[in-house]
Amino acid sequence: METLLYVALFAPLVGSLFAGIYGASPKTLLTGIVTSALIFTSFVASLLLFLHLYSGGERVHVEMMDWIMAGDLNVPFGFVVDQVSVTMMLVVTLVSTVVHIYSMGYMEKDKGFNRFFSYLSAFVFSMMVLVMSDNFLGLFIGWEGVGLCSWLLIGFWYHKESATWAANEAFIMNRIADLGMLIGIFLIYWNIGSLQYDVVFANISNLDITIVTWIGIFLFIGAMGKSAQFPLHTWLADAMEGPTPVSALIHAATMVTAGVYLVIRANELFFLIPDVGYFIASLGAFVAMFAATMALVNRDIKRVIAYSTLSQLGYMFVAAGLGAYWIALFHLVTHAFFKALLFLGAGNVMHAMDDELNIMKMGGMRKVMLGTAVLMLIASVALAGIYPFAGFFSKDKILEVAFDGHHYILWGTLWITAGLTAFYSFRVVMLVFFGSERYKDFGFHPHEAHSYMLWAMAPLAVLAIVAGLFEHQFFDFVHMVLPHYEFSEHTHHMVGQLIIVTTAIAVTGIAIAVFSNMFREGLFSSAFRNNFLYKLFDNQYYIPKIYDEVFSKPYKELSEVFWKQIDMKIVDATVDGIANTLYATGEETRGMQSGNLSYMLRWMVAGLLVLLVSAVAYTYSDVLLTLLQGVAK
Amino acid sequence: MIAMEHYIILSTLLFAIGMYGVIIRKNLLMLFFATEIMLNAVNVALAAISNYYGDLTGQMFAFFIVAIAASEVAIGLGLLIIWFKRHGSIDLDTLKSMKG
Amino acid sequence: MIELIAFYTFAFLTIASFMVVVTSKNALYSMSALASGMILISGLFFLLNADFLGVVQLIVYTGAVIALYAFAMIFFDTTKDIKESKSSKMIFLLSAFSSILLVLIMTMPMASGEVSALYPVHQGVGNAQDVGMVLFTKYLIPFEVAAVMLLVAMIGGIIMAGKKMDANINEMKEELEK
Repeated sequence: METLLYVALFAPLVGSLFAGIYGASPKTLLTGIVTSALIFTSFVASLLLFLHLYSGGERVHVEMMDWIMAGDLNVPFGFVVDQVSVTMMLVVTLVSTVVHIYSMGYMEKDKGFNRFFSYLSAFVFSMMVLVMSDNFLGLFIGWEGVGLCSWLLIGFWYHKESATWAANEAFIMNRIADLGMLIGIFLIYWNIGSLQYDVVFANISNLDITIVTWIGIFLFIGAMGKSAQFPLHTWLADAMEGPTPVSALIHAATMVTAGVYLVIRANELFFLIPDVGYFIASLGAFVAMFAATMALVNRDIKRVIAYSTLSQLGYMFVAAGLGAYWIALFHLVTHAFFKALLFLGAGNVMHAMDDELNIMKMGGMRKVMLGTAVLMLIASVALAGIYPFAGFFSKDKILEVAFDGHHYILWGTLWITAGLTAFYSFRVVMLVFFGSERYKDFGFHPHEAHSYMLWAMAPLAVLAIVAGLFEHQFFDFVHMVLPHYEFSEHTHHMVGQLIIVTTAIAVTGIAIAVFSNMFREGLFSSAFRNNFLYKLFDNQYYIPKIYDEVFSKPYKELSEVFWKQIDMKIVDATVDGIANTLYATGEETRGMQSGNLSYMLRWMVAGLLVLLVSAVAYTYSDVLLTLLQGVAK
Repeated sequence: MIAMEHYIILSTLLFAIGMYGVIIRKNLLMLFFATEIMLNAVNVALAAISNYYGDLTGQMFAFFIVAIAASEVAIGLGLLIIWFKRHGSIDLDTLKSMKG
Repeated sequence: MIELIAFYTFAFLTIASFMVVVTSKNALYSMSALASGMILISGLFFLLNADFLGVVQLIVYTGAVIALYAFAMIFFDTTKDIKESKSSKMIFLLSAFSSILLVLIMTMPMASGEVSALYPVHQGVGNAQDVGMVLFTKYLIPFEVAAVMLLVAMIGGIIMAGKKMDANINEMKEELEK
């Protein structure tokens, strides 16, 4: 089992290094094939580990080597495969395999082909470290690793100003959150003296509740950054500058769910602090709605899906915050499947449209790309939460949890959001694949993607359809490590009604999107466009603008002040001053070296005098000191 | 009996005169003279110390200083003559082949 | 008493002659004053019971060195006026201050007082004999080295001064300019 663990963990690293060797050489398909094969190996290893655990095997825990041994701090390089991490490993490796194969087609014309695969595999490795680590520090290393790979991949087309900007934004936003996370980790070490999950969770209940609250808050700040929760959410939409497979893998299926994973992983900690949990749930519900509204009006296909991701992450946090950790994980898994599918579909569309992202310029494309249309339709239905697709089960469970805890406001928010989700996902589908063929007006000649790309997407499509049906098996599997969530009797009776109500609003949302002419063709009246809400949504609640005004611009001005006032006038002036002093000294004393012997003799005498003075001062130093002290008195 | 300090002060005065000459004179020959004065001043001090402490070491040093002074004069004058032959001047200010 | 008178006479005369040496514009005057100063210093040596040193002073300085200067001056155009720098206040201060310091330094050993003779003067033996004893026993090697040095200096002086003795100054200048 240990071998399997190492294979699962290090196969992506080997792939990354292999592709990295070819980083500077011209595109070679070999890198794509080798990395894909290695990721697939990793997937198989994960699957075997999963089967081992599923058949009732013990969790696999290895300590590869000592890592940090400083004083009392002892952090080994340890990895653990239990029910939670193996679920994550499966999702990560499966989606990665699909994305790797898909990328061979998607990136075929790109110069940075080899580099791309190197980064992508490095990302998978970092993600595996993140989920498999048995301590907080290892998790943090993985956390930073995925952050780095995310930065590399968002800024993959670094010659584009917007891409580098988005990459930096994502990186900096994550730095802010990582500081919180680090503080949380420090607090844990400070109070418990260990970072191993086992030790920490065994002792966490002995701690003062205030400390636990602070630890929870700081860890959640870290999670907020990685999972792009309000107010650190702006980077996710901008991260769509990266290649679409990256968006599918990193910014939908895996990395952004790391925050959720952290909360699930630290469930024993968050269990002790229900107030923080409730805050997490409230923030999650808010983000779900907030992001969904932005998705309603956006005209950029990838951004719509990005906002949808944001919204779904909000759902996960609601479940995690309310203590239904297994439901959060379940939604994480199903979401990973259909969201990756959705993104890859969007990638096909983009490819077909020469990287055009505006859905208003598309329409009626089902005629040329039926395969993609079907796959995206499946993903959208799953996202909307229609029975029996995957989204239905997980999303419904979350709504039930909210209802069960008598958090009716949360439930209401999520309920409305479910309708919005259905609406915007179908709005995209309708605008892209149905209606009149507006792309002809813009002179595009769309074409279907390679068939192997579609085949690569097929497993995801299948899972998006059937994953939900394994709800009970999944529950049985993970509840060995995650706490059981008991629904009350009352809710149990209500489940039927709840499902009907939720499905009803989802269907309504879809119906509006499909049948309303206005939305189908995207022809909004100008009055509608000038509506306050429309403007608000379209400008993303003006939050990027506010950040720009409140943080970026004052920061820039401050930097200018520092540059001009402090750097130029103090630091530079000091340095220049030293140089100028030397220069001036040289210029002034040049006369000494006139070559005139007479002057030299005079200087020699002056030097002799100095030597004599110092000799006397040295010899009589005691006397001089006493004299000086006498003067001082 | 004259105190040793008298000799020492005399020697210092002579040395100062020599040094003054070294500083102000531009005539190379005068520089040589001034150097001789300084050497003699030191000799006086050495002889005085030798006398008052009853030690011959001071006189020994004075002898060697005389020997060195003689050699210096021989070599120095030779160089001076060459210099004068080439440049027709023994002015210190003309001794400026190195420009600072 | 006679000693005191002799010392002050010699002292003032020496200072006066040396002042003439450094201030006189005429090189010939300077040289003559230098010769007189040397002789006067030998008087000081006799006062200090350093008879042999006094004799050496007379022979070497007054006899040889001054004679050498006198011969050397034949080569130079001493009538040529060399512009001397004006004695500034700074130079005077420099010399005065350094002399005071020198006095301080010179008197320092006396302040400590603990000085013992390395080669004591023998009572009842003449100074020349005494010097000879020390010179040829304790300082033999430095003495020989000094002798070789004098030889080298002599040869060097002859070669340098005697080189192209006949050559005209102007010819040499032309040669140099080529």
